[in-house]
Amino acid sequence: MNFDFSDDQKFLRDEARKFLEAQCTSADVRAVLDDDAMSHNDEVWQKIVEMGWLGAAIPEEFGGLGLGMLELCVIAEELGRVLAPVPFGSSAYFFAEAIKLAGTEEQKAEFLPKVADGNIVGCLATTEGPGALTASSVQTVAKDGTLSGTKVPVTDGDIATHAAVLAKEGSGAGIYIVALDQDGVSRKALKTIEPTRSHAEIKFDGASATRLGDETGNGMTVLDQVMNRGAVLLAFEQLGGASRCLEMATEYAKERHAFGRPIGGNQAIKHKLADIYVKNEVARSNAYYGAWALSTDAAELPEAAAAARVAASEAFWFASKENIQTHGGMGFTWEVDCHLYYRRAKLLAVQAGSPAVWKEKLVSALEAKNAA
Amino acid sequence: MDFTDTQEEAAFRAEANAFLSQHLQPKKGAASRSGNYLQRAKDWQKIKAENRFAQITWPKEIGGRGGSPMQQVIWNQEESKFDAPTGPFAIGLGMCVPTVIAFGSDEHKQRYVQKALFGEEIWCQLFSEPAAGSDVAGLKTKAVQDGDDWVINGQKVWTSGAHYSDYGILLVRTDPDVPKHKGLTMFIVDMKQEGVDVRPIHQASGGSEFNEVYFTDVRIPDSDRLGEPGMGWKVALVTLMNERLAVGGSPGPDWAEIMDYARSSGSMSDAAFRAKLADWYVAAQGYKLTKFRTQTALSKGETPGPENSIGKVITANHLQDICNSAIEMQDHYGIISDKDHAPADAIFQESFLWAPGLRIAGGTDEILKNIIAERVLGLPQDVRVDKDKPFSAF
Ligand SMILES: Cc1cc2nc3c(=O)[nH]c(=O)nc-3n(C[C@H](O)[C@H](O)[C@H](O)COP(=O)(O)OP(=O)(O)OC[C@H]3O[C@@H](n4cnc5c(N)ncnc54)[C@H](O)[C@@H]3O)c2cc1C
Repeated sequence: MNFDFSDDQKFLRDEARKFLEAQCTSADVRAVLDDDAMSHNDEVWQKIVEMGWLGAAIPEEFGGLGLGMLELCVIAEELGRVLAPVPFGSSAYFFAEAIKLAGTEEQKAEFLPKVADGNIVGCLATTEGPGALTASSVQTVAKDGTLSGTKVPVTDGDIATHAAVLAKEGSGAGIYIVALDQDGVSRKALKTIEPTRSHAEIKFDGASATRLGDETGNGMTVLDQVMNRGAVLLAFEQLGGASRCLEMATEYAKERHAFGRPIGGNQAIKHKLADIYVKNEVARSNAYYGAWALSTDAAELPEAAAAARVAASEAFWFASKENIQTHGGMGFTWEVDCHLYYRRAKLLAVQAGSPAVWKEKLVSALEAKNAA
Repeated sequence: MDFTDTQEEAAFRAEANAFLSQHLQPKKGAASRSGNYLQRAKDWQKIKAENRFAQITWPKEIGGRGGSPMQQVIWNQEESKFDAPTGPFAIGLGMCVPTVIAFGSDEHKQRYVQKALFGEEIWCQLFSEPAAGSDVAGLKTKAVQDGDDWVINGQKVWTSGAHYSDYGILLVRTDPDVPKHKGLTMFIVDMKQEGVDVRPIHQASGGSEFNEVYFTDVRIPDSDRLGEPGMGWKVALVTLMNERLAVGGSPGPDWAEIMDYARSSGSMSDAAFRAKLADWYVAAQGYKLTKFRTQTALSKGETPGPENSIGKVITANHLQDICNSAIEMQDHYGIISDKDHAPADAIFQESFLWAPGLRIAGGTDEILKNIIAERVLGLPQDVRVDKDKPFSAF
């Protein structure tokens, strides 16, 4: 039994934490929050690009560091802790993973090295309206190498240079790679509950597009696999955020005095923080299992990814709301960072399918397993 | 990251499994309490001890295996797959005898440890009193020195297994005029002696696993004292620490059992049920995997962190919720606990009635959350108004 990260991976975590605490401060996050015209923090982004982290899980033959998925999980947790206001996840977890998973050799050779060195920024465009994404809710159409339709919201849609877009093709669906700087594409930034991560509406009007991979009609299946992979990585970001919330709340509960003693001496607060701790540990253990399944391409990945995602969404939501509550009036001010975590918690919980969607995926996976 | 045993771990697991298959039946659902459970438990304990599978981590000199904590974990995992009657020994070997080993004299160790290990004598833990449960140190049963003896008078309550126990560890007040934690002393008590009156308590679940125990002029020789007079709290903490490690296993039906039932009953098509099932899976899996993390730390020779403290907080509530849902799913029929009628041999109904006790025994949810808040997160202790005043002032 060795259900833990290796010493090298822990070293990477410590280094990443030190780096991000210095290079991605609350002020850097707030620079994006306070400026409507700013989609992300480019200074922070360039530094992360230089670290090579985008290529952590990209094979060396395609210009990456060739480390592995566990290393990417470690980095994701650290990015989550500091609420990095950069398009890392869109490019590394979703776009790159989609190409690694389903791309042709030529597509891998064309895109992966550029994702790894930050020359292109990818995103994933699936959603078109409220409610869970289904095969029948997709209206965007791919035909004869062109794409038409509207995707909204697209995470990092206004920063990205390329999108992987889910579209109808014939009676099925396909995922198409589209360069976003062409005439057939128009984009508009959206106002959201989480301004430190940008979101856009993207309209495709006969934009030229190439199918990811050379099999038709398998878009929903590929998307499902991409989502399983991204879910584990997002779970680590969520875990990082949830852990930070517990630390913030605990520190504050020890410092802030009321009725002659620290508020953390009161059980209503103590038990609340103990509850956060328990949820975070449940989330951490499930996330580790997801990481294991991801790194070994285990058959258990669907249920492991879903459990990681459900646990992490619940933990981050609970930690972020109770962190504000623990901070009292201070917690509800713009100046204190609590609301940044609250915003991010909700974004991450719905970004790649809501907890309800993942609970359903989890139960379906358990049913499939039980039937086999 | 991997879930495979090291070579030595795999070898030990195989050895344990071979031994278990030779003596026991694989477990189906909950452990069976049929037949003469107590005798079956004693027999099984003897077989284990003879083959050095009882108390794996104890040194060989006192009858253990001299094994590693990791081997103990592996043994527990393998044993739990079989229908092993271990209940009556959990408290004695898990909590009481380790306290005797830590604080007893050489004579104590020679007299008591082997017999307990080989299942010949059973032990109970006599801490709680009607007015001192969570606040163990608030107990009132008193001991007064008389020559070479101490004379005990008072009452204990909720003592699991007292009715079949031969010995107990007994925490009493020897000095009421100092603050409460300072006036306690721990003794070994012979449960079969004159003046010890064990009265079974009829539990909310219907059974009678615990008891009231009355002490009337019970004499305990000073030589059966564990630790110095007034040091009882320190001794008790060792027992309580072991208690928190011992509780929190898998106490009854979980997501897999309710899913099995839901599949046969059609409830799998209920969206609300499916969402709950997902939550239960995530919690159970989270706890199981957290134990794997602990096990990993042990396997590397590290001391596990505080992760373990989450166990009972998760499992006890979780069990209660699952049983509650299973019964509601059966609608009016769900009230039936008669095994001839109730689905799944009535495990949901039985555990429904037992679950409230699980949330209290070995520290209530509230006390465990205090422990997480204070010891893990470092938050200030609760206000303890009686802490520094003589116990007799209250
Ligand atoms: C099945 C079972 C087996 C048991 N076996 C044994 C045994 O073998 N030996 C033995 O000595 N004891 C045993 N006990 C006793 C058990 O340890 C106590 O019942 C338990 O510690 C709670 O104490 P209490 O019952 O006095 O509840 P109380 O302490 O009266 O608690 C009542 C309520 O108040 C809450 N409360 C108390 N203090 C605080 C606080 N500081 N902060 C917040 N809330 C608080 C509790 O959480 C609980 O909800 C057993 C109990 C059960 C149910």
